[in-house]
Amino acid sequence: MADSSLTPVHEHHGEAHAAHNPALLHHFAEPQQQRDAASLGMWVFLATEVMFFGGLFCAYLIYRRWYFGDFGAASKSIDATLGATNTAVLICSSLTVVLAVWAAQTARKTLLIAMLGITMLLGLAFLGIKGVEYKDKFEEHHVPGASFSFENVPIPGHPGEFANPRHAQIFFSLYFVMTGLHALHMIIGLGIFTWLFVMAWKGRFTPEWNTPVEIGGLYWHFVDIVWIYLFPLLYLIDRHP
Amino acid sequence: MATPILQPVERENYLNKEYGVWSWLLTTDHKRIALLYLLSITFFFFIGGFFALLIRLELLTPAGDLVQADTYNKLFTMHGMVMVFFFLIPSIPAVLGNFLVPLMIGAKDLAFPRINLLSWYLYIIGGVMMLHCILTGGVDTGWTFYAPLATNFTNSNFTEAALAIFVVGFSSILTGLNFVVTIHRMRAPGMTWSRLPLFIWAHYATSIIQLLGTPVIAVTIVLVACERVLHLGIFDPKLGGDPILFQHLFWFYSHPAVYIMILPSMGVVTEIIACFSRKRIFGYSFVAFSSIAIAVFGFLVWAHHMFVAGISVYSALVFSFLSYAVALPSAIKVFNWTATLYKGSIHYDAPMLYAFGFLGLFTIGGLTGLFLAALGIDVHVTDTYFVVAHFHYIMVGGAVMGYLGGMHFWWPKISGRLYPEGWARLAALIVFIGFNLTFFPQFVLGYMGMPRRYFDYSHMPEFQVLNVLSTAGSTVLGVGYLLPMLYFLWSMRYGKPASDNPWNAAGLEWKTASPPPTFNFDEEPVVTWEAYNYEELDAPHKSEVPVGR
Repeated sequence: MADSSLTPVHEHHGEAHAAHNPALLHHFAEPQQQRDAASLGMWVFLATEVMFFGGLFCAYLIYRRWYFGDFGAASKSIDATLGATNTAVLICSSLTVVLAVWAAQTARKTLLIAMLGITMLLGLAFLGIKGVEYKDKFEEHHVPGASFSFENVPIPGHPGEFANPRHAQIFFSLYFVMTGLHALHMIIGLGIFTWLFVMAWKGRFTPEWNTPVEIGGLYWHFVDIVWIYLFPLLYLIDRHP
Repeated sequence: MATPILQPVERENYLNKEYGVWSWLLTTDHKRIALLYLLSITFFFFIGGFFALLIRLELLTPAGDLVQADTYNKLFTMHGMVMVFFFLIPSIPAVLGNFLVPLMIGAKDLAFPRINLLSWYLYIIGGVMMLHCILTGGVDTGWTFYAPLATNFTNSNFTEAALAIFVVGFSSILTGLNFVVTIHRMRAPGMTWSRLPLFIWAHYATSIIQLLGTPVIAVTIVLVACERVLHLGIFDPKLGGDPILFQHLFWFYSHPAVYIMILPSMGVVTEIIACFSRKRIFGYSFVAFSSIAIAVFGFLVWAHHMFVAGISVYSALVFSFLSYAVALPSAIKVFNWTATLYKGSIHYDAPMLYAFGFLGLFTIGGLTGLFLAALGIDVHVTDTYFVVAHFHYIMVGGAVMGYLGGMHFWWPKISGRLYPEGWARLAALIVFIGFNLTFFPQFVLGYMGMPRRYFDYSHMPEFQVLNVLSTAGSTVLGVGYLLPMLYFLWSMRYGKPASDNPWNAAGLEWKTASPPPTFNFDEEPVVTWEAYNYEELDAPHKSEVPVGR
């Protein structure tokens, strides 16, 4: 979001530092100030994102406490293997993002392009696996709404007891809202990374100016971290070996 | 050799640098964006005010004879939504804050000028959605859009209104983000945190609330919209959901939102009181940190809106106690303002009249807030006109008074022209009288038990006298609000040109031209003095250039 400072401005204002740094915007005194502002802007934006997801986590935890058995049963119906694979995919993408930032700072253009590309492929893989999960849920009638069905599903650890379909529907509502908003953030992240990829291809990033890679990376890490919390909360409620 | 120019050429400033629609619609100059906001929020202020006048006209007589019950529901809902989300929240931050934050700290612009413009466009998109919603029938849920009324029952176009608020929320977040980063990273050399004007501290605290509160209402709206469209059951007790959870999420934002509206106004009043008492503000650091304290405490009191909603009595006790705690930083401010006035050389110019109005009305609003924070009294007056009166003393008596005071105080800087002082004092007086006439009777009405949101009180005709007073007052108040708009417009063409510092005020914004050049300062300012150095400004100038040189 803090991308106002991202696009380089090609008009010079006759300032000395502008000569070697075409990206310096007119209202900043020096590149360091501009970089600090952009970076702080992204951190502040991520704080708002924490609150955005925080409201959902709060709702989730309340219902999970109220309807623990039903949530456990519903959680068992989603595919933990796919979820775990996606967790691994995202952790790998965080590594490639870190390498991309390092490549930008050390002027390794080929490595930068490669790492940005791999990150995007991993992001796409994540969304693909997520799509498979959604398709399964759709086919199993686990999407909340008129055709929702969750009859006679046993509650783990309570033989003879069955989950209340209404409470399970709340689980799936939260599942779709939380993972859906997370996926939306992934898609926005892919948009940002496409732009970074093009800029890197054109050779715009230098050791002096690579702020977009850095703060785009911050955003990507944040979206990863949200998933690191979503995975155990949604997939591993009441699973035992 | 060219002949010397005889006529003084108007200096290039942010207003005359470029002309044409696109130079405004694509501007990234914080001062121009502030004016774009000024126009837009004034438009919504008059729409909201129009609904308010219709509400008051309906209540002139006990019978529900002017509008239908359903229309009345829509009137108070749209009044609330428009005034809260499209006027009060953006009012001071997006207009005065946008204009003044970079000027006061000695920056050329906000940190992210294009995001600043984006935030105005988001406001406009939200505003157009809200207008469309109003024109296609409006919403009848009350501005609080409680579930399950809003999610399962209302037939009005609620989803569009909710999305409009969602969009305008992002505009508010982006403004806050810009302010926080700007205040941290863009201060001029020598402008330390303890030299910042308290207006900046107030905006910093406001931005924190905008940043941490608004995302929560955003996600609440996502849930409400999903619930309404897809019938998920998250807030529907029939499906095992919890409607109280909605209230928690809603007030987690909407209570701090009250401080988004009042804190900037406190910042404005601090500047005005210091200038027109010709004194350094008493207890600078206390006033500064009380803003932060209000922002922090503000997040811990939301459930005092829910004392009768069935929350546990123990949590009600804690929230009651914490609500009392918010009174401390608020009182610190009031006492410090009063102490600043003490032995000050007080000038009764129009901005100061508004500041005095703020001081009295905010105190009444704040103290009646303590009545509502007390569990026993709250149960008695919940959902009565007492709450309506309390809220409007803070929002109209506090926030709008501060906004108007600030508009007068900085109008010479914004427009480069002086407003007519006599008319302005008259308008301030009319606003003060009209306001009290409108809202004081509502305290009495509420205490006597008149419920809010009723369009017909024919079974309690004894309430009519006070309602007539209130309606009469609202007309006076309306005149008081129209006047400044008229003479501000008049002064843009016919007002006397303003000097750079017509009030002889402290602060960097007065050290540049009126109106300021596009990049604010001809050369980067270096601050070597403390904030509010009025004693220094007013002292006989020893080092001044001798007369006659």
